[in-house]
Amino acid sequence: MEWETVIGLEIHAQLSTKSKIFSSASTKFGQEPNSQACAVDLGLPGVLPVLNVEAVNKAIKFGLAVNAHINQRNIFDRKNYFYPDLPKGYQISQMDLPIVGEGEIEITVGEMTKVVGVTRAHLEEDAGKSVHDMFNDYTAVDLNRAGTPLLEIVSEPDMRNAKEAVAYAKKIHALVQYIGICDGNMQEGSFRCDANVSIRPLGQEKLGTRAELKNINSFKFLERAINLEVERQQDILEEGGSVVQETRLYDAVKHETRSMRSKEEANDYRYFPDPDLLPVEISDELLNTIRADLPELPVEKKARFVAELGLNEYDADVLTSQKSLADYFETMLDGNEKNAKLCANWVMGELSASLNKNQLEIEQSPVTASHLAQLITRIGDDTISGKIAKDVFKAMWEGEGSADEIIAAKGLKQMTDTGAIEAIVDEIIANNAPQVEQFKSGNEKILGFFVGQAMKASQGKANPKLLNELLRKKLS
Amino acid sequence: MSLSEQQVTQIAYLARLSLSEAELKDNTKDLNAILGLAEQLGAIDTDDIEPMAHPLHMTQRLRTDEVTEIDQSENFQSIAPSTGNKHYLVPTVIE
Repeated sequence: MEWETVIGLEIHAQLSTKSKIFSSASTKFGQEPNSQACAVDLGLPGVLPVLNVEAVNKAIKFGLAVNAHINQRNIFDRKNYFYPDLPKGYQISQMDLPIVGEGEIEITVGEMTKVVGVTRAHLEEDAGKSVHDMFNDYTAVDLNRAGTPLLEIVSEPDMRNAKEAVAYAKKIHALVQYIGICDGNMQEGSFRCDANVSIRPLGQEKLGTRAELKNINSFKFLERAINLEVERQQDILEEGGSVVQETRLYDAVKHETRSMRSKEEANDYRYFPDPDLLPVEISDELLNTIRADLPELPVEKKARFVAELGLNEYDADVLTSQKSLADYFETMLDGNEKNAKLCANWVMGELSASLNKNQLEIEQSPVTASHLAQLITRIGDDTISGKIAKDVFKAMWEGEGSADEIIAAKGLKQMTDTGAIEAIVDEIIANNAPQVEQFKSGNEKILGFFVGQAMKASQGKANPKLLNELLRKKLS
Repeated sequence: MSLSEQQVTQIAYLARLSLSEAELKDNTKDLNAILGLAEQLGAIDTDDIEPMAHPLHMTQRLRTDEVTEIDQSENFQSIAPSTGNKHYLVPTVIE
């Protein structure tokens, strides 16, 4: 039987506020255990949560960026369950009236573009962290993270394979960083994905029973976990069994998902409005202010790169896929607008390849945007050829200096003196009579041979355009 | 509406309460009596009434995003049942 996969994602994005969502304790990562858990975060009796204005503003920002309806009246609810990293016995979240309603975002997979629906996004507090291996007979709890503001972004079940799910997650990941509401750090848990995965016979409308995959902390694992789960469900259904609705943990080391049944029976959260918090009202004025302050969104930037810089859709998409990448590219463009395409090629080519090879992020690149820009300028003004530029880039990567310094130090300046090139050409023609004959009898391809010889003689420094012109002139 | 003993067992489990047979029967009876009392409200026509999230006709005041709390973990940990390595300790939780 042919199966269709249906995937919806729940993304938890930590909002980058200084203080917690309901208390004035710091949200700083990596501090001494429990040093940032105040009375409110600990859920001590008699404390009152007070909502952080920045958490609200950042949630609104996200809503506007995905073209969503903002619920100008929204309500906080208590989600009740017992776990030691949740000292109050409930998590403050939003159920019936979340701050962000329905929206949408466009994703691109290969050549295909599709729109994925955002069902909702709501504010909630993060839980603490349980450490199970510190003591033999105890679980140790660090509540520094308790109360950190989260925006839970829920998608429609619009994705049909793991690649689409990853494309969606990456789009949201880029977006939250573009609009400056989340640092996107997946290692530190600032951006976490849960995937709801089900399969159904192709053509059937009714959704199959889904499993929720948790504990996924990279895009690579997201793709693997989904593919693994799809296979597991197919095996069950094809053997005549049925899929159980449950939460499954992805284990990246063993490359398997396993059931987390313990939580299943307790899956009744008994939501009710939190009497400690009044309904939140968002004025038209605030909405308009935030809308006016929104930075250029990735989709807008992409359109501008195509329209104003003449980049193709694919290049524009790649360059806007991460804020850091787009920032780098735009820094390079300063004074290099006419070389935009060349800049794009270098960022996506040599630079990306070198970064990948050394497993570096673009922020860690040893070649800064302004240094690479200088190199592009030198290609653009014919100081060096594209080929020599690759050697200069390597030297820049190794820390040998700026493009100009390296070109000067190594004497790599392109030969644009017609007389000098002419001398080389004359010599090669004189020494290669048989090839000259071949060319004259119509073998155009042999021209490459002469170019190669001339480049070798000039140590790669002959201006290719001049060289070609001279060769043709002399040979015919 | 009335609750079955099975439902009360489930609610007790969610609240981490352990009930004896006798307590289960008593609690089921008491809970059903309370629900019966509240059920009188069902006689009121609420079709055009917006659900209330809070009894006060006020809206939430917001706090500026500033860190004003200082580290009081020593005080807090001094009243905790069990601590170690700056952590709060609880019986082992098996996932």
